[in-house]
Amino acid sequence: MTITQPAGLAPAERAVRLLGADLTETALRRHLEGLSGVDAVGLEQRAAGLATRSIKTSSKAWALDTIIRTCDLTTLEGADTPGKVRSLVAKAVTPDASDPTTPSVAAVCVYGDMVPYAVEALGSRHGDPEKGLVSVAAVATAFPSGRASLAVKLADTRDAVAAGADEIDMVIDRGAFLSGNYGLVFDQIVAVKEACRRADGSSAHLKVILETGELQTYDNVRRASWLSILAGADFIKTSTGKVSPAATLPVTLLMLEVIRDWHRLTGEKVGMKPAGGIRASKDAVRYLVTVAETVGEEWLTPHLWRFGASSLVNDVLLQRQKMRTGHYSGPDYVTVD
Amino acid sequence: MAFLEYAPAPESASILNLKAQYGLYIDGEFVDGGGEVFDTISPATEQVIARIAQADAHDVDRAVAAARRAYETVWSRMSGSDRGKYLFRIARLVQERARELAVAESLDNGKPIRETRDVDVPLVAAWFFYYAGWADKLEYAGLGPNPRALGVAAQVIPWNFPLLMLAWKIAPALAAGNTVVIKPAETTSLTAMLFAEILQQADLPAGVVNIVTGPGSTGQALVSHDDVNKVAFTGSTNVGRMIARQVAGTQKKLTLELGGKAANIVFDDAPMDQAIEGIVNGIFFNQGHVCCAGSRLLVQETVHDEVVERLKERLSTLRLGDPLDKNTDIGAINSAAQLERIRTLSDTGENEGAERWTADCRIPEKGFWFAPTIFTRVSAAHSIAREEIFGPVLSVLTFRTPAEAIAKANNTPYGLSAGIWTEKGSRMLALVDQLRAGVVWANTFNRFDPSSPFGGYKESGYGREGGRHGLAAYLEASGWDAPAGLGSASAPAALVTAPAAGASGAAGAKAAGKPAKKSTRKGAAK
Repeated sequence: MTITQPAGLAPAERAVRLLGADLTETALRRHLEGLSGVDAVGLEQRAAGLATRSIKTSSKAWALDTIIRTCDLTTLEGADTPGKVRSLVAKAVTPDASDPTTPSVAAVCVYGDMVPYAVEALGSRHGDPEKGLVSVAAVATAFPSGRASLAVKLADTRDAVAAGADEIDMVIDRGAFLSGNYGLVFDQIVAVKEACRRADGSSAHLKVILETGELQTYDNVRRASWLSILAGADFIKTSTGKVSPAATLPVTLLMLEVIRDWHRLTGEKVGMKPAGGIRASKDAVRYLVTVAETVGEEWLTPHLWRFGASSLVNDVLLQRQKMRTGHYSGPDYVTVD
Repeated sequence: MAFLEYAPAPESASILNLKAQYGLYIDGEFVDGGGEVFDTISPATEQVIARIAQADAHDVDRAVAAARRAYETVWSRMSGSDRGKYLFRIARLVQERARELAVAESLDNGKPIRETRDVDVPLVAAWFFYYAGWADKLEYAGLGPNPRALGVAAQVIPWNFPLLMLAWKIAPALAAGNTVVIKPAETTSLTAMLFAEILQQADLPAGVVNIVTGPGSTGQALVSHDDVNKVAFTGSTNVGRMIARQVAGTQKKLTLELGGKAANIVFDDAPMDQAIEGIVNGIFFNQGHVCCAGSRLLVQETVHDEVVERLKERLSTLRLGDPLDKNTDIGAINSAAQLERIRTLSDTGENEGAERWTADCRIPEKGFWFAPTIFTRVSAAHSIAREEIFGPVLSVLTFRTPAEAIAKANNTPYGLSAGIWTEKGSRMLALVDQLRAGVVWANTFNRFDPSSPFGGYKESGYGREGGRHGLAAYLEASGWDAPAGLGSASAPAALVTAPAAGASGAAGAKAAGKPAKKSTRKGAAK
């Protein structure tokens, strides 16, 4: 066996604090491999237990509004056009024209080249979702596969930030992760985080997509979550929505446990975004319960929690109408987008 | 508004159609008891739910006689596949009336509806389905060809899982061809009465199952009755000992499922989040009213502080309150007497020097409640580490090496269950070999399945319930090899007992293994 000099990693602040100043791939690997394992049966049992919570009346009303307020209304199609994005923005600002008490969604989530149209369509309503405004999130880094050179990924990111994106949803290099090349994944996240910086020194928020459907095992999901947070993720996100399975409750629970552990260790709050496959209000409420009972309900704000979804909002609107009027309407009473 | 204070989500009790008073269920009918009628109350509100008849010695006599008659004339002569049909029918009826049973159980016992709905009642149905399948396959029960039923089984069950324990007892007994007289616990008779209605609905032949309600004295009259062939008891070790003494020297077969003080062993390489859940589920499930509860937590010293801190955090999210609310995690303690016992033992723990921590939760004014409690700095010599508390109280001890963990885990007069939490499979298997406990769970706790035998070592009792092994408690080997096609439990039993049974048709005439003197005396008494 030969001893090779361990490769140095980009000095991401969080990782340096935890692993020491001369950050190496070996140290990173040791740390990730030292994380507690995940028992799949137990994890799924806990998620199923949380899913039995019964959320009624005033709690349900609050939950439905919170789902809308924390939703990233998404269109990520090859067929997207400026027109499609404009109508998505209109829906984001006014989800239900028949009820002015309906809150706006947190953000619209689009491909990088659609960012200028989204920004333009939002106009004065563009801004911080905590203040009732709507942000623009862009997927970048050769979404959804992430198979491009780092230079291309960084250019993709800078492009979207320059066009006015408030949030960048990047994908990790799953190939590198699965082949054990944690250092490469780490360095890329750090570089993308750097590319999120604007000229004025502020930064677009970085959501790191793990694509849990490709990582396959819960142990991998825990490591990838931890790695992303160490590299500087503001949010960790389950999926692109292009791979099945996308978000599941057990995976989300597991990632929230990592976020809780990080908070316990450092006091920092990292955000969470399950994306893909959440279509029914009932399912979405289960996610809110899982957040509240795992990291605490202070996480249920757009700065720390998002749903990535396209059709979920309409189902929530139908439920809202039901709570208001006492009877169910139908899909023709909410707008298609 | 705080989201976590979920709005009330009560399960409606209006689904119940309870009678004001329930009689004994003898020979297929509800009849009055000779003893004084008593109230059954909801431990969450202390309100009276219904009045329950009390069986005296004479009622027990009648019930045993009915069971004997049903055994001789119907049940022992019926083919296994027909017995199976009745059991399948009961299982389906339990499923059909699942919601009703869940509400009644929660109301009467105090346990959360979440548990009765998701655990108790589904398992009850599963038990009947499972043993229904065995009824015509008894030659594969491991006792050789054509095993014989025992006769009349006297069964006494506890209050912690009233309906589930009833199913654990009745399903294998009937599948094996026995008839039953069962006594539910005094504080939790209600679901047994609903079960009697189900038996009527299922058209089960009269006398095959008889239910006598009442206090301990009723149970005593039942187990000491001369004409029962089998006694099965689940409950405290003290009462179990008494029963064993009573039954000693008779022909009665006995199985006992008694107390426990299970060790839940957490190694430093455990899947930590799941281990915390498992510890919580191990001791706070059903308010800790579980004989196999993981009441002694053995944690490796290296992770002790982390585990205790996480545990406290997790316990703070448990919701104590109205058992019928669908979001309640911790319900009411079953009775004032039990609450008193938990309080006394907890105070003893404090006086002996253990450090007490109790979750901060609102305790309702009425009813019997005990907030989830953890004791740290517990040593093996403390009484809270040795005595069964049977409540939501966890004692935390530490160990340094696997050998020490095994020594401490086994250092108890009990031996019902144990848990191991580690990611290392080899360690798991090595430990299972050395733990003297009837059930060992690995990376999980309190999981039950009808196909898995359950039972104890040492003072936790003897005999097994569940699975193929559970049948052995209700069968005996015949050593008689029937021609192909005759292979049911009942056929040979009927043949062997034919002379006696045919002679009188009266109660107490099972010839096989029954002293003639007793039969005669019994016959004379009638």
